[in-house]
Amino acid sequence: MDARTAGEPTTMKNRTTSERKSARELIVTRTINGPARIVFEAWTKPELFKQWWVPKSLGLTLLSCDMDVRPGGKYKLVFKHGGSEPMAFYGRYTEVTPPSRLVWTNEEGGEDGPVTTVTFEEQGGKTLVVLTDLYPSKEALDAAIASGSTSGGMNETFEQLEALVGTLK
Amino acid sequence: MVQYTHARLDASFAALSDGTRRGVLEQLGRVDASITELAERFDMTLTGMKKHVGILEEAGLVTTEKVGRVRTCRLGPRRLEDETAWIERYRRLWDARFDELEKVVEQLKRKERGNGRKDRR
Repeated sequence: MDARTAGEPTTMKNRTTSERKSARELIVTRTINGPARIVFEAWTKPELFKQWWVPKSLGLTLLSCDMDVRPGGKYKLVFKHGGSEPMAFYGRYTEVTPPSRLVWTNEEGGEDGPVTTVTFEEQGGKTLVVLTDLYPSKEALDAAIASGSTSGGMNETFEQLEALVGTLK
Repeated sequence: MVQYTHARLDASFAALSDGTRRGVLEQLGRVDASITELAERFDMTLTGMKKHVGILEEAGLVTTEKVGRVRTCRLGPRRLEDETAWIERYRRLWDARFDELEKVVEQLKRKERGNGRKDRR
């Protein structure tokens, strides 16, 4: 039946998509059931951000979360993975335009880290979120994919892993 | 900002967290070896070495093959997954994250509605 295959809007789960949009770009999209101003708030207030950025399934603990959400403001997140040493992820917000746009750098991985842009586009009470990671070069994105890392995340750990794998070749 | 990969990575990091297992990988990088040879080289029991190799195998870092009575270990399939698989993992990470975001947004919406009612009273 149509009602079955199409799903009911109230029960249908919103879909997340991802693709490599170009040699240097990764893009993720998702529609969130709420107005852009609320989605933006959840993205920019640390006490709210902390509640969703680290899904429990990742097995990570967020030790600290500092966010100075304004152009030029810094952020720093510190995570712990099991018994590992804490890992820090940091960068700067370069654009903050409530409630429609947020841009930040990812600097923990050095110069090859991407710049992340998120846009929030409200459509009838829902918000289309489009997140783009723009890498400085095709090689930088290729390397991120090859290492299994994403968006500079876990770079430090991956450098260790790569160093080890390098010695095995 | 921060993005991570999933369970497979957990397995890899867990596998690599142990000095003996890193040593085994180094050794296998030079030459394939049987579990017996590895046990001797690292001065441990066969059972102990089997356990380590099992963990490495589970993480995809090592493969083993039994020929006759000897189980030979070698480095596993290269862990560099193809791009499609990687992008799918990336999508799942964001899917999980967005599901959580959806919950936070829902709470905020409810709170706002609550406040609205209070104001009207």
